[in-house]
Amino acid sequence: MKTQTMYEKIWEAHLVRASADEVPILYIDTHLVHEVTSPQAFEGLRLNNRKVRRPDLTFATMDHNVPTTDRSLPITDLIAAKQMETLAENCAEFDIPLYDIDSPEQGIVHVIGPELGITQPGKTLVCGDSHTSTHGALGALAFGIGTSEIEHVLATQCLLQQKSDTFEIRIDGTLPYGVTAKDIILSIIGHIGIDGGNGAVVEYTGSAIRALSIEERMTVCNMSIEAGARAGMIAPDDTTYEYMAGKRFAPKGEEFDAAVEHWKELPTDEGATYDRTLQLNAADIAPQVTWGTNPGMVTDVTGRVPDPADMATADEKTATEHALAYMDLKPGTPITDIPIDRVFIGSCTNSRISDLRAAAEVAKGRKVAENINAMVVPGSQAVKRQAEAEGLDQIFRDAGFEWREAGCSMCLGMNPDTLMPGQRCASTSNRNFEGRQGKGGRTHLVSPQMAAATAVTGHFIDIREFSS
Amino acid sequence: MEAFKEHVGLVVPLDRINVDTDQIIPKQFLKRIERTGFGEFLFNDWRYLENGEPNPEFVLNLPRYANASILIAGVNFGCGSSREHAPWALQQYGFKAILAPSFADIFRNNCYKNGILPIALPADVITSLSQEAQDTEGYQLMIDLEQQSVICPDGTAHNFEIGDFEKYCLLNGLDEIGWTLQFETDIAAFENR
Repeated sequence: MKTQTMYEKIWEAHLVRASADEVPILYIDTHLVHEVTSPQAFEGLRLNNRKVRRPDLTFATMDHNVPTTDRSLPITDLIAAKQMETLAENCAEFDIPLYDIDSPEQGIVHVIGPELGITQPGKTLVCGDSHTSTHGALGALAFGIGTSEIEHVLATQCLLQQKSDTFEIRIDGTLPYGVTAKDIILSIIGHIGIDGGNGAVVEYTGSAIRALSIEERMTVCNMSIEAGARAGMIAPDDTTYEYMAGKRFAPKGEEFDAAVEHWKELPTDEGATYDRTLQLNAADIAPQVTWGTNPGMVTDVTGRVPDPADMATADEKTATEHALAYMDLKPGTPITDIPIDRVFIGSCTNSRISDLRAAAEVAKGRKVAENINAMVVPGSQAVKRQAEAEGLDQIFRDAGFEWREAGCSMCLGMNPDTLMPGQRCASTSNRNFEGRQGKGGRTHLVSPQMAAATAVTGHFIDIREFSS
Repeated sequence: MEAFKEHVGLVVPLDRINVDTDQIIPKQFLKRIERTGFGEFLFNDWRYLENGEPNPEFVLNLPRYANASILIAGVNFGCGSSREHAPWALQQYGFKAILAPSFADIFRNNCYKNGILPIALPADVITSLSQEAQDTEGYQLMIDLEQQSVICPDGTAHNFEIGDFEKYCLLNGLDEIGWTLQFETDIAAFENR
């Protein structure tokens, strides 16, 4: 009997054309669009007199450069405003549903997709953003594309795609107290490196992955791209079906039951093999903190800043030297001795309600350390409303955190939320590249719990000791 | 898209591994709604000092590498964000080809769609070409896409891999959307299934 991985099943079910001497044409079920990477794609359609083939399968929102301050005030960045205006005009012209800055559904595209039930198991989903891998948490094949490919999907609802390798990353065992989904994925990237997933679609399996909530699974899948993977995915199970039930765009009633029957056929067949495999034990994972300028430059919170002299290759030694110079860190410094200036809780990696609850639990009854600016940016307006209904905003405000409107914010600093040169930030986002959060800014990636604990102590601290 | 057949050009070595697209074109320049105007911001944070003057130490600013059109870099070039502004910036600066031991997936795809050729060669070949570009002023390489070959001034040829379709599109400057649209009946059939 033919056995297949989940990726292979979804791939095969979406082939429009597959002949040996042609690049396969893959059908795209869902296309998410945002303001930054789409204007040139729409312009391309107009120049070639083409239409959007399936506006009903296309959804747009504004997230990358929206301000997170009071939405009733005018936008001061006129170039950003022009980009948002352009998206609105393009959506109107091509009849695409848009959740704009004033919409109650507005939010980070990778937060609202699942939240609204637009993201569904077994579907192919693309977006002009590398963190589209997030949606694989529901058992979708989801990946980021460039602007030319956005135009391609708008015009044809298809992509020319070569099949990727399959890569199983299996994590069994129980996560220790204080260790989160963020630590799982940072630890994986630390193991395989930021190009360890190149050319592959990763499927996360094992009992530790099964035990995660859908939101935690999104955190894991979200950072698949930071290991270079085309996509990350997790097979749907009861947790997935419960999450999907009642979502706005999810099937309803009998259609939902039929959908669940279909979703049950998606998981990788017993006996199917992957091109690559990696196994980790959840019990071995500690809270992670990045020390360098890419997400693979990461260590346990109990660790120290590495010495370039200890690196295996000359290239890595040079890269580590560059990173430490940029980060202004000395080899051998204990991670917990590193003081910080800013804390950012947000981004498509960690801005969902469970992330905010976890951070609020740490912040509750405590105060942000002196001279530290800390901000919480919910991933969507819906997350913001939910957090406010639970009183989380008040906990954060009482502790001295700023409570903001939804958007990508200081994950990439395209809006006014940026680090000043030399500022050091504990961030729940996904990239610690040079200048990512602001020119000259220094980013350390951590979990929401660790970010909140760092905010109140002023330096990194092992969350496992902090809470006990 | 402009076709790519053959190219002879000056080579500039960028001695960095894991060059991410945030370095190639920082986010503050992604707010344009046009496809043009990115070349002057290529590698902005490395290329310019705080006061906006060119950083005299950055390799692209060395007079001997002015007008370089072939970039050599370390492993995993173009990792990170999917921004196509990265190949736009490289192309608008004047680069026709990037040579590296490996490339990030999305970046490589984005290059093909803009007439830039990403060429993966073994690490030892990249190291030696990079060394030549440092040691020999005016060091040029010839790239022959039809032959899938990088040819050194001494005649040594290094062959590289490229997908048949990517090669075909580059050689002919082909619009991929036009290619897919010729299969409209297949797409419609899939949708009605």
